[in-house]
Amino acid sequence: MAESKINMVAPPEGVTGEGFFATKLNDVVGMARANSLWPLPFATSCCGIEFMATMASHYDLARFGSERVSFSPRQADMLMVMGTISKKMAPILRQVYEQMSEPRWVIAVGACASSGGVFDTYSVLQGIDKVIPVDVYVPGCPPRPEQIVDGVMQLQELVRNESVRRRSSPEYKELLASYNL
Amino acid sequence: MALETAYIQDKLTQKFGNKVLNFEMQRDIFSFEATPDAIHELIRTLKVEEDLNFHFLTDLAGVHFPDNDDEHQFSIVYHLHNWIENVRIRVRTYLPENPEVNTITDLFLCANWMEREAWDFYGINFLGHPQQKRILNMDEMVSHPMRKEFPLEDSGRTDKDDRFFGRTVQNN
Repeated sequence: MAESKINMVAPPEGVTGEGFFATKLNDVVGMARANSLWPLPFATSCCGIEFMATMASHYDLARFGSERVSFSPRQADMLMVMGTISKKMAPILRQVYEQMSEPRWVIAVGACASSGGVFDTYSVLQGIDKVIPVDVYVPGCPPRPEQIVDGVMQLQELVRNESVRRRSSPEYKELLASYNL
Repeated sequence: MALETAYIQDKLTQKFGNKVLNFEMQRDIFSFEATPDAIHELIRTLKVEEDLNFHFLTDLAGVHFPDNDDEHQFSIVYHLHNWIENVRIRVRTYLPENPEVNTITDLFLCANWMEREAWDFYGINFLGHPQQKRILNMDEMVSHPMRKEFPLEDSGRTDKDDRFFGRTVQNN
């Protein structure tokens, strides 16, 4: 096993002794969540094609614990919105977000999902953050798979350091209330 | 024997008199104008007359001409196709402000969605349409966005700088 190329996630900081290991619950939960983010791809255009490359063998998002792409919002942790969201699509995106169970995170992949991109027009939503809260924005038109992977790693960092109490905090409830969720 | 444009013109002028006008060849398609009150009967004639036999509606589209006079503000363009003779024809009709015209869904079922699209984008009212509502835009939209008086840009945008979209005179 010494020659294995498999990288394991380092354990969180803690106190080790004879037959025990003591650490913070936050760290353990964060580590577990960060390394098993189940993505829900919401792909509407070319950024979705880049996501396919990201999931495929060459870039292999599964290395980050996202092997299982969930096509049910109820079993997903990470909503990845890729592509132009028209205003007609906005309520559907919102509904998908509402159906996800807590804790849930959102990545806006590409210029269109982040800000409407070049589509500064009457029919296109000017960024998905008009209807749902977003954790990570990946720029690019479309972004390369490396950028999407980097976005996921940024999100992992957020997840790892998130307090287990955040989702019941008044700040978080206020955030959701500001989106009428 | 091929279907001659002169024959179509004679036949239609005989039946509709001065309600059909401006016959011309436009980009290899025989085109003419018809008054809005005659359009339904005209298209019916084109479809059912056996020697004309324009039995396929290729397209139906609205157009807005804001610079035209009040009677010619809007236009509907019908493209018809005779598959047997392989002859295409283009019929235009001009409408005033608050455009209204008879539907042709009773003649061509495919006109249903195309007329809904023209309603959606130009607000052209098709009298007698079985289900006239928006087809492409969201139902809550209040404007008819392809009319020139409505702005193309989204009003809710907050982070887009006009300078980067070529919308300022001084780009600095």
